[in-house]
Amino acid sequence: MQVRFLSVGDRAFAVEFGDRIDRALSRAVLGLDAVIRAERPKGVVETVPTFRSLMVHYDPLATSRAGLEQIIAGLLDRHEAGRADARLWHIPVCYADEFAPDLAEVARLTGLPPSEVVALHSGACYHVYMLGFLPGFPYLGDLPAALALPRRADPRVRVPAGSIAIATTLTAIYPYESPGGWHLVGATPIRLFDSARTPPALLMPGDAVLFEPIDPTAFAAIRRAVVNGRDKIESEPIAA
Amino acid sequence: MSGALKVLAPGLHTTVQDFGRIGYQALGVPVSGALDGPSLRLGNALVGNPPGLAALEILYSGPTLEILADAARLAVAGVGARLAIGGERGRTVPAWQSVTLARGEVFQIVLGPASVCAYLAVEGGVVVPPVLGSASTYLRAGLGGFEGRALRESDLVPLAVERASERPEQRLPAPLPATADQPIRVILGPQQEYFTEEAVATLLDAEFRISTSADRMGMRLDGPGLCHHDGWDIVSDAIATGSIQVPGSGQPILLLADHQTTGGYPKIATVVSADLPVVGRRRPGDLIRFAAVSVEEAEQFARDEEQRLAALVASLGPSPRDGGIDLATLYAGNLISGVVTGRE
Repeated sequence: MQVRFLSVGDRAFAVEFGDRIDRALSRAVLGLDAVIRAERPKGVVETVPTFRSLMVHYDPLATSRAGLEQIIAGLLDRHEAGRADARLWHIPVCYADEFAPDLAEVARLTGLPPSEVVALHSGACYHVYMLGFLPGFPYLGDLPAALALPRRADPRVRVPAGSIAIATTLTAIYPYESPGGWHLVGATPIRLFDSARTPPALLMPGDAVLFEPIDPTAFAAIRRAVVNGRDKIESEPIAA
Repeated sequence: MSGALKVLAPGLHTTVQDFGRIGYQALGVPVSGALDGPSLRLGNALVGNPPGLAALEILYSGPTLEILADAARLAVAGVGARLAIGGERGRTVPAWQSVTLARGEVFQIVLGPASVCAYLAVEGGVVVPPVLGSASTYLRAGLGGFEGRALRESDLVPLAVERASERPEQRLPAPLPATADQPIRVILGPQQEYFTEEAVATLLDAEFRISTSADRMGMRLDGPGLCHHDGWDIVSDAIATGSIQVPGSGQPILLLADHQTTGGYPKIATVVSADLPVVGRRRPGDLIRFAAVSVEEAEQFARDEEQRLAALVASLGPSPRDGGIDLATLYAGNLISGVVTGRE
């Protein structure tokens, strides 16, 4: 796969594999990330995988862009599958009206009944492309084509923590209350980011996600368990 | 019981910062940390701390604090900043020297015109629970620092040391000068190809003004618009501190310590790391110009800057004893207040 090394100051560069949201690109990005994490070339501070590129943060006192670029170019041929410890997560989601302020509008815009929107959203298995925007915020894809919509013309100032949102070909979960421009179709009671946990983010790039519909009573019960620190989120290893 | 600093007035935006939260950007956690890292490092050196120990970062206007410890050794580090001790009839200690204060003493950190940002380093450091390996405050997610937020009136910020060690006070032989109005050096990219040639030329030729939309996440720059030649919506990629992103409006945003880890706007250029502290000191309304350099040049600036800082740390020495003539203190007091206070 053809890559480009893009300059991002004197302490980072991006290894760019393409400019699309695409599973093959993601595999290449996460594969290189896994190789660099295993090899730990001198001077690499941290790496950040995104849809289409891998950001390499480095310390110019310990290495140089030119030297590191050469080392990484030499790692590109390794066909690493990505993280060996990737998991499939079952995330409970309540799609009831009070948790899904935009479900009716999404139904109207897509021409589908709300129940079909829910069935489509909870019927797909999603790939965690990357985390960004907020600590633990996962970008998941791909959304069934029938649900693809542009972002809301009028972003919300406050999106509640736990909101499940869709926009374009993606779906996401807001770990914190924040502004946001995506359509809110449900909410999860679980905690996506907890700095006291190792690792602190529940979902990691390369993981997979299934959304499992729950009713408001189950939502409240899981929420209580989360608050009491007794929640257990189901997951299983992804077969290689 | 260990000591504390009591917040009598919090200042505009006083947070606990160190060198930042390294290693969690892949999980969407910004690095945060000091906007002016060299000043934090010098402040810590002045009170005998390791370079990146947690200290208070003071932005825009300084807090008033009271010592709740037998003796606390402090240093203010920030271009043009000073400590005003003991109210109206008190004394002034300029930045870049340590001073030891006793229980009950009240002091304010006063910023000068040369920098919006300064650090209060305390011997032993301020004590906050480390979050993901760092004491730095990241407000947006309430992570780290003092309860994940800026200081408020009547907070008690715990200190590691109840009684400062017996040793001579330290000072920098000469205060750090105000940063000259030099152009801020940038490396073009990662997405300069999304912009017209004129936009790249404008970035490097025009003057921009730092708008009032400026905080630890970034500063919006007013000036001529920078045109994209082929749309401004890119598939999100990662962001580095110092990158200049340009949304559809064409008005650039220079991203600072608390920036999001990823984003979907093209970045036309990135400020070199040696100049990031210079940017961190600038205030809304200041003019800013940019000049392009190569990656190799910028890496050399970073190495030169490290040597310069190491030399500054090595140059720290004892202050003149109390009662001796302390010209730096005298001049600083005079230059800033125009009044010689009782102590001198």
